[in-house]
Amino acid sequence: MSIQAPDLPATDRSGHAAPAPELINAVPVRHPGRWVGAAIIFLFLAQLCQSLVTNPNFRWDIVGTYIMDVLVIQGIGWTLLLTVLSMVLAVSLAILLAFMRQSDNPLFRCVSWFWVWFFRGTPVYTQLVLWGLVSVLYPKVSVGVPFGPELFHFSTQDLVTAGVAAVLGLGLNESAYLAEIFRAGLKSVDGGQMEAAEALGMRKSKIMWRIILPQAMRVIVPPTGNETIGMLKTTSLVLAVPFTLDLTFATNGIANRTYLPIPLLIVAAFWYLVITSLLMVGQFYIERHFGKGVDNLVQAPVKASQTAARAAKGAHARKEEGEGL
Amino acid sequence: MTLTHDVRTKETLVRIEGVHKYFGEHHVLRGIDMNVKEGEVSVIIGPSGSGKSTLLRCVNLMESISAGRIYVRDELIGYREAGGRLHDLSSREIAAQRREIGIVFQRFNLFPHKTAVQNIIEAPTQVKKQSKPAARAKALELLDRVGLADRAGHYPAQLSGGQQQRVAIARALAMEPELMLFDEPTSALDPELVGDVLSVMKDLAKSGMTMIVVTHEIGFAREVGDTLTFMDGGVVVESGNPREIIGNPQHARTQEFLSKVL
Ligand SMILES: Nc1ncnc2c1ncn2[C@@H]1O[C@H](COP(=O)(O)OP(=O)(O)OP(=O)(O)O)[C@@H](O)[C@H]1O
Ligand SMILES: [Mg+2]
Repeated sequence: MSIQAPDLPATDRSGHAAPAPELINAVPVRHPGRWVGAAIIFLFLAQLCQSLVTNPNFRWDIVGTYIMDVLVIQGIGWTLLLTVLSMVLAVSLAILLAFMRQSDNPLFRCVSWFWVWFFRGTPVYTQLVLWGLVSVLYPKVSVGVPFGPELFHFSTQDLVTAGVAAVLGLGLNESAYLAEIFRAGLKSVDGGQMEAAEALGMRKSKIMWRIILPQAMRVIVPPTGNETIGMLKTTSLVLAVPFTLDLTFATNGIANRTYLPIPLLIVAAFWYLVITSLLMVGQFYIERHFGKGVDNLVQAPVKASQTAARAAKGAHARKEEGEGL
Repeated sequence: MTLTHDVRTKETLVRIEGVHKYFGEHHVLRGIDMNVKEGEVSVIIGPSGSGKSTLLRCVNLMESISAGRIYVRDELIGYREAGGRLHDLSSREIAAQRREIGIVFQRFNLFPHKTAVQNIIEAPTQVKKQSKPAARAKALELLDRVGLADRAGHYPAQLSGGQQQRVAIARALAMEPELMLFDEPTSALDPELVGDVLSVMKDLAKSGMTMIVVTHEIGFAREVGDTLTFMDGGVVVESGNPREIIGNPQHARTQEFLSKVL
């Protein structure tokens, strides 16, 4: 679509200049309420800023001292690692669970349903404690024939370290929630897509993976972004395992040592906000990737050479035949 | 598919014998018999709800038949006959049978997250394991054939309905099926776009493709159809030469229907 620039003379179809139309210059609707609201918010923010600066209890000097503290930076690293690993585990399981739930195989559907029921139905804190205690429950994991000879075994303590227990606890719990999000996403894809792919002779697993899931991702990504940011903060529960290297544990530790909880809460909040912002940037790109072909469509480029080739070929003849029908 | 070369099977590609279909209590197909010869265009017309789509869906294994038999190139569709009983086919065998039968839907059903050319090469590369460059070259050829060489990189949302339907036809042809089914391919289109799709179908018919076409385009049936079948209430009311049936329908129901659509 082209917009006529007002200073250029408009031309009619035959190419003659026509008088430019008088452009509308309407008076916009006024919104005095918005100005009042903005003024109130501005006053409130100004007061908040004043108190942040003048109230000595914030101890900004302490915030400055600890914001780049080695323990804090390490805590950020561990918190990020826990978040990423748990979400990778959860997403992989959720895809599997959602596919199983849509399968023709009743056994798969049952297993998937039971998994979601169990992991969603018990508190994540309880699950984390349990994973921490798994080496008490089962001191060794052995591989062998049931009731028969044992082939080899591991000590559970070596296998399920605190870090592994934390990732398992967080990831398995999250997988149940994500499975429902993925199931909703798969259901949102038009049934004609499955039929069209089946008609082309594609197998079900391939259709799910290449046709249905990529379209479902448009619906799946926003709530999964929510869950990821939730997970970032849920990692502070890994104390239950106990896993003691994450950001919340690090800032709490310093606060208890120095008897200065408020500045260290500010340090923790600051870093959580930074990580959340980074995750939101990531989500933006993921959403853009899966919105391909549907959201924000730009006109695809047309190659001039191809257009010319087409015009030269039988396009006209074909058109005339079509009209003859 | 296995080929047996006696005289009869060279002639007839699709044999539909006494097919019934129930949806629960609802008896939708009530004993359909129909033959389609190789290279023939068989047009099916009939009022809404008469079971035309259901019949096509049975041929393409999207629905299972309740009674009767469907053969394509002498191969029983959907079942294996052994020891005097029918056995369900595995999903692998069903997929293999479907590859030989292309279908074009009323609502196009292109994959919206893939461009026109990606839609076309999806099945050849994923199912037939063709190399991407080879499949792409073939796809561009097919796009040219349906008059859309300049739209290869467009997403379905960037194409008009008629263009989408022509891409859908190219997508089905890319699997090199021996039979093409069309379920009201122009019913969802604006009138001025219908001609483009019909002319592509006409070209396809000229090239010798065997086609079963459900349509309300009587002009197409008369000009391109080799046989015309009028269905009503799940039975074949009348079948034969399209020009004779359209010009001189024998049954009252056929007359009534034609007087409405012509
Ligand atoms: N999956 C289904 N479950 C139950 N009934 C169905 C199903 N599919 C179709 N039917 C019924 O079968 C009958 C025939 O439907 P079909 O779609 O084959 O008709 P049609 O001849 O293609 O009609 P139209 O011209 O409107 O497309 C209809 O009464 C319909 O309600
Ligand atoms: Mg129909």
